[in-house]
Amino acid sequence: MGARTLAEAAVGDTIGPRTLTVTREALVAYAAASGDQNPIHQDEAFARSVGLPDVIAHGMWTMGAVGSVVEEWAGDGGRVIEFGTRFTKPVVVPSSGGEVEVSGVVKTVDEDTRRASVELTATSEGVKVLGRCIAVVQLD
Amino acid sequence: MAVNAEFAGRSYPPSGPYAVDAAMLAAFAAAVGSKDPVHTSPDAARAAGYRDVIAPPTFAVTLAQQCDRQLVEDPEAGIDFSRVVHGEQRFVHHRPITAGDAVLGTLTVDSVREAGGHAMVTTRTELATQDGEALCTSTSTIVIRGGE
Repeated sequence: MGARTLAEAAVGDTIGPRTLTVTREALVAYAAASGDQNPIHQDEAFARSVGLPDVIAHGMWTMGAVGSVVEEWAGDGGRVIEFGTRFTKPVVVPSSGGEVEVSGVVKTVDEDTRRASVELTATSEGVKVLGRCIAVVQLD
Repeated sequence: MAVNAEFAGRSYPPSGPYAVDAAMLAAFAAAVGSKDPVHTSPDAARAAGYRDVIAPPTFAVTLAQQCDRQLVEDPEAGIDFSRVVHGEQRFVHHRPITAGDAVLGTLTVDSVREAGGHAMVTTRTELATQDGEALCTSTSTIVIRGGE
């Protein structure tokens, strides 16, 4: 693979769109891997009992999944040196599974630091789930 | 708001060390759908210039949230965890977290504020090796929903 080079990044370049699927099994795996065992991410009856429409994904699962898309663009996961977002709406995960649409656009490329900033958009069921989602990638 | 505003500016003693191993990184990468081999193949990681397999970009949250417990479980902080929602998250990586690292996390409460009847608490966790090498600055805002 290898990291993306400065020559391979220009302002306005787009990433995706990519459709990511999310299943309840994936959320159970994320809960185990992250230590966040809040039942709203696993137990439909519990989620409904606290006023949610259904099981929802961990915000950090969504951010992590979007991070995977950025990693792919960067060509090396270690090159994603900054990554931040707001959690605007939850990703609802029915028993049949859910989907997240991810796309990105390169906003800045700094030739001196060889860094690119990428703004990501993530939606589920047409609703924006992340706000101000920006990653900075160290280019080769 | 029930959250103690006097907690702004408070720092806690370092917590940990948290041992990071290859199995943890592989499980996290699989859970978020990351297929980059630098997380699972030591050969691929070394070819990319790393000592061993490295963490995905958001893995640091698992360590930062363990540090956050010092605040959430501090009875004087007044945080009702059942009303907590994750509002914002940001990572600044100084070098990738790598299998074999033993990580210490130092938690600081950057701000406590009120907005629309909810309390918003921003915490910053500086993750570093036991030798003091900076790994990641994780900044998190939690929203504690106000009572109905």
